[in-house]
Amino acid sequence: MTPLLEALDWVLTADSWTGPGGLGVRAGEHLLYSLLAVGLSALVALPAGLLIGHTGRGRGIAVVSTGVTRALPTLGVITLVALAAGIGLTAPMVAFIVLAVPSILAGAYSGVEAVDPQIVDAARAQGMSPVQVLLGVEVPLGMRLILGGVRLATLQVVATATLAAYVGAGGLGRPLFLGLRNYDYAMMLGASIVVILLAVVLDALFALGQRLLARRPGTA
Amino acid sequence: MIEFRQVSKTYPDGTAAVEDFSLTVPSHTTTVLLGSSGCGKTTLLRMVNRMVEPTAGSVRIDDVDVATVRPVALRRSIGYVMQNSGLMPHRRVVEDIATVPRLNGVPRAEARRRAMELMEVVGLDPQLARRHPGQLSGGQQQRVGVARALADDPNILLMDEPFGAVDPLVRLELQRELRRLQDDLRKTIVFVTHDIDEALALGDQIVVLRPGGRTAQVGTPRELVEAPADDFVSRFLGLGEGRRKLRAAPRPGGGQVVTDDAGRPLGVLDDADGGPSADAGE
Amino acid sequence: MEWILENLPHILELTLDHLLLSAPAVLAAFLLSLPLGRLAVRLPRLREPLVGGIGLLYAIPSLPLFIVLPLILGTSIREPLNAVVALTLFGLALMVRSAADAFGSVEEDVRLAAVAVGHSAGGRFLTVELPLAGPALLAGLRVVSVSTISLVSVSAVLGVTSLGSLFTDGFERGIVAAIVAGIVTTAALALVLDLLLVALGRVLMPWRRPVPRRSASRSAEKGAA
Ligand SMILES: Nc1ncnc2c1ncn2[C@@H]1O[C@H](COP(=O)(O)OP(=O)(O)O)[C@@H](O)[C@H]1O
Ligand SMILES: [Mg+2]
Repeated sequence: MTPLLEALDWVLTADSWTGPGGLGVRAGEHLLYSLLAVGLSALVALPAGLLIGHTGRGRGIAVVSTGVTRALPTLGVITLVALAAGIGLTAPMVAFIVLAVPSILAGAYSGVEAVDPQIVDAARAQGMSPVQVLLGVEVPLGMRLILGGVRLATLQVVATATLAAYVGAGGLGRPLFLGLRNYDYAMMLGASIVVILLAVVLDALFALGQRLLARRPGTA
Repeated sequence: MIEFRQVSKTYPDGTAAVEDFSLTVPSHTTTVLLGSSGCGKTTLLRMVNRMVEPTAGSVRIDDVDVATVRPVALRRSIGYVMQNSGLMPHRRVVEDIATVPRLNGVPRAEARRRAMELMEVVGLDPQLARRHPGQLSGGQQQRVGVARALADDPNILLMDEPFGAVDPLVRLELQRELRRLQDDLRKTIVFVTHDIDEALALGDQIVVLRPGGRTAQVGTPRELVEAPADDFVSRFLGLGEGRRKLRAAPRPGGGQVVTDDAGRPLGVLDDADGGPSADAGE
Repeated sequence: MEWILENLPHILELTLDHLLLSAPAVLAAFLLSLPLGRLAVRLPRLREPLVGGIGLLYAIPSLPLFIVLPLILGTSIREPLNAVVALTLFGLALMVRSAADAFGSVEEDVRLAAVAVGHSAGGRFLTVELPLAGPALLAGLRVVSVSTISLVSVSAVLGVTSLGSLFTDGFERGIVAAIVAGIVTTAALALVLDLLLVALGRVLMPWRRPVPRRSASRSAEKGAA
């Protein structure tokens, strides 16, 4: 257990968190990358997914592209883009977005599809326009699954953001790879523990959100 | 007045649901489309608010072809009640009833006020206003459905087996209330059902349909019972069955006792008039 | 292209390594999920702790897990066993839920009917429940198989040999072809295994077409690190 104690000691030392390369800055970068990637992905994937769910068109393409990206090794995508675009944030961002888009897309269209068609029919029959049906009925009722897609994407991106450091960007992968290179297991382990905590806390927040949504009447 | 002019509907999968159907629905009366499941009733009803587009022919409301009216605007001007109430599970009762007025731009407070009024009109406890549909009984849900359809005071009310999913006692209660409402409101109602008793109870005019949306007979309840056009109608009305073969016999205290074919008493007929007064039927 | 042809034996070797890491993990996750999933259905009160608890593993990023796990296993980070255990845990996180759902969907009355016919508990599991749950189990297994294969590569940054080594080598030495070959081979491997699973399903469950569309599209998936 000594390595664990050393790692915890390192994580709990104030010095490890302060300064330009400290855990504080790295954790901030890690979160920033993740939010940026999920945000950018959602900007494209949410409207597209909602549209696919609402119209039922393009579903085949969405399913196939989700399957293909699921089979894509992220490390491969990152290194490939990094060779083309150079060291820095571009390559990881591209990879994160490739990773996040299908999850958000799938959550959005399956959320809309899960809404009882009779309720949608009733909404149309009252004279709601397609946009009103989508925003007033399909999105609120499908919200739990839509959020589930964003949750999955966030989880994947936070996990993968560790690899950003492999191609020269920041994030919590920095101390991890630094420890790996210098045979400093305490640093490696400490950084790993911080990443795990970050991911678990974020996921718990999403789980809480979904649980609250599930309590709302009628949620699919 | 609603006119179906030689409408047909063939669904994309090739099902010919309605073929060459024509009908005039007079204003301020209740017309019942009566037929067994799958004969095209819903298809016909939904042509009126353009939830279904006919593949041939046209539907006209007061001499305007509905195909020339924007569907969204058309639907907001027509009340629609469906079998499973179709209430929004995520909205409170009062919000759901206020849907169409809100869509038509009525301010929120005003729409709510009207919704509360309507709850009383359809016999709902105002206490239920803040409930969600999942917290209501089947009968209460249907009342909310009716209130929602009436919310912006439409001239036309389309009702698709609205009482089909509630238990028989509640169904009778709802039918009675609808009659009471209609006496006051005098909407143009198109009412779909496969229940002959319901048709006789509610219809000013009844259209008996064969499969494929073809008309078997159109007439008042009385005309149908008195002179069914053919065997199909006669069988559909159950005129051959014991329970519609009624007998009357003199009663010691005056008047007549009405019984069914098996001799079970159904009610009493006064001597005063021979009109359709007896509580026969149900 | 030239690089790929020259290094074909090397790529094949790495593919085998890749397979030796992922296949045992997928198999272990599947086999472990069956009793756990069945238990979750038999004892509804255990369901949430069991399914939810194991599902939590899924939130743990894989690269950090590869690093933390040796603490518990006493292995070294580069040992294949370490990677296999980590991958098994991820597979299990997905598969336990699928298994619980699959067994849960085996209709109660079918089960009751089988009891009446006189199967023993064990016989009933093998002859009735397992076949009926089969299509849904297969759907879950396919997701686990595909995501495990793409997940293996990450361990390459720690020095575990797999198709992922093509990414690390390719990146360090600037060989685009190596990375492309790695991506294509990984995806192809995932596809081949998926087709094999589908074929296996057809052979074992000829009475049903596998994979209910909804459940497949809704199943979770796991990213890299
Ligand atoms: N959207 C549709 N696509 C294909 N066939 C349909 C569709 N809607 C209804 N039908 C078919 O058209 C016929 C009439 O249906 P419907 O109008 O719903 O009958 P009813 O309301 O009298 O039960 C039935 O055979 C039904 O299966
Ligand atoms: Mg119908």
